[in-house]
Amino acid sequence: MRTVDKKIVVIGAGPAGLAAAIALHERGERDILLLEREKKPGGILRQCIHDGFGLTRFGESLSGPEYAARFIARAKELGIEIVTGATVVGLDADKTVTAVAADGMTAYRAQAVVLAMGCRERTRGALAIPGRRPAGVYTAGVAQAYINLKNIMVGREAVILGSGDIGMIMARRLTLEGAHVKGVYEIQPYPSGLPRNVEQCLNDYGIPLHLSRTVTEIHGRDRLEAVTVSRVDERMKPIPGSEERIECDTLILSVGLITENELTRMAGAQIDPRTSGAVIDEHFQTEVKGIFAAGNVLHVHDLVDFVSLEAEQLAASVTEYLHGGLDECGVEVSGEGVIQLIPQRVSAKRDVTFALRPAKPGRNAKLRVEQDGTVLAEKRIPRALPAEMAQITVKAEKFLSDSPVKVVLSFD
Amino acid sequence: MIRTYTCIMCPIGCEITAEYEGGEVLSVSGNRCAKGENYVRQELTCPMRNIATSVRVSGGELPLASVRLTSPIPLERIPEAVREIHRVELTAPVRGGDVLIKDLLGLGADVIATKDIEKA
Repeated sequence: MRTVDKKIVVIGAGPAGLAAAIALHERGERDILLLEREKKPGGILRQCIHDGFGLTRFGESLSGPEYAARFIARAKELGIEIVTGATVVGLDADKTVTAVAADGMTAYRAQAVVLAMGCRERTRGALAIPGRRPAGVYTAGVAQAYINLKNIMVGREAVILGSGDIGMIMARRLTLEGAHVKGVYEIQPYPSGLPRNVEQCLNDYGIPLHLSRTVTEIHGRDRLEAVTVSRVDERMKPIPGSEERIECDTLILSVGLITENELTRMAGAQIDPRTSGAVIDEHFQTEVKGIFAAGNVLHVHDLVDFVSLEAEQLAASVTEYLHGGLDECGVEVSGEGVIQLIPQRVSAKRDVTFALRPAKPGRNAKLRVEQDGTVLAEKRIPRALPAEMAQITVKAEKFLSDSPVKVVLSFD
Repeated sequence: MIRTYTCIMCPIGCEITAEYEGGEVLSVSGNRCAKGENYVRQELTCPMRNIATSVRVSGGELPLASVRLTSPIPLERIPEAVREIHRVELTAPVRGGDVLIKDLLGLGADVIATKDIEKA
């Protein structure tokens, strides 16, 4: 095995990895390597051909491939080294990154590592839907790759389980490609994707959204023939007697995303069960010094624009780490009424922005950060939705002590 | 008449309430910016949408190139627009930004490729 010294290794050339590498270069770093397992950089954006990307980052509405192309072109212009077709199979706490590519195995000895592996989809297996295993059951992203990259139509009569954004976007896409989408079924009593996608992907095309329902059986031997849909109670348990059989040849699952943290664990970094990503401090640094994380590998985002912005912030910290070091972050952060809260530790010496999602939907939410019973920052969220990330910033001078900090979201 | 809209102009998705009489808008509330008011006024007369789809490419590294419109068109014309776009067949290489159809169906929007497809 070859051994190569690299100052900074970025794992994953999707939106987070690309933005981090570019921002590191712009901050003066030159010895950067981006590793990507696919044949081309761009990550999931390559198959997200719908528009609406870039409104925050660029002030215009772009398709996924166009959004990625801006970063790829910039990386090329700066001469950033990207190795594609390289799968990282090992990451050690001493920051050795082991990658396998067509030319064999290489161990990169890095001074800093950026984790930007993104996330993957929850599958039928994870839901344990009873029934046979016929063809015709896809996750939304797989159906999206078939239709948008490979020109393979997945079916004619479709049912969509889960109202995640990709599921709703695929409902519209399938309709435009000539399939009939019978309905979207969501186990929660509210949609799990953004309101604008309910509007422009479902309502525009007359696709019904059924809440508090889930698929309880899959029928068909070789090809899917039908699904059974049941109502669920407040604890999301199927209600006996509420079953309804729906004939279909295609079931699309849009039931959540899972951060891809095998390498993070391998390096010995601690995982936060609430975000399913690494525990990080305000510098996006994991518990292993010199290993940083941003984007969907850290917490699943609602918009790619925030992934890019987060990765750019991370780059600032990596540069600081390499040139003198970062403040210790000994102040613990906890949440109440919020999910996916980051960072988990802060220094209480600098301005810090917390990112989170509301645990429950509701109106007129109050979001605040407390320490020693005092409110350090607060803001109102007129319509709080778990589908939408929220942020709140605390100014450095507001921190009172080294006591734990609590981020609280409550309703009046 | 009062109707509530979810604005689709940006990911905030403001809930906007419009009061109208026939085709005349009397009041608009709940929007955080001017785009929201324009959106609701447009929805009441003729909803406009952008759309993305793909066209076939021969001799390329991928069999499809993704495309979108340069500006929105009436929602009710979208099925027809997609059929028209699907008639296009390209030969690699394709460049993102290439204009594939000018003035689609006379609606004032062009169809552009949104990704590069290199020769296989």
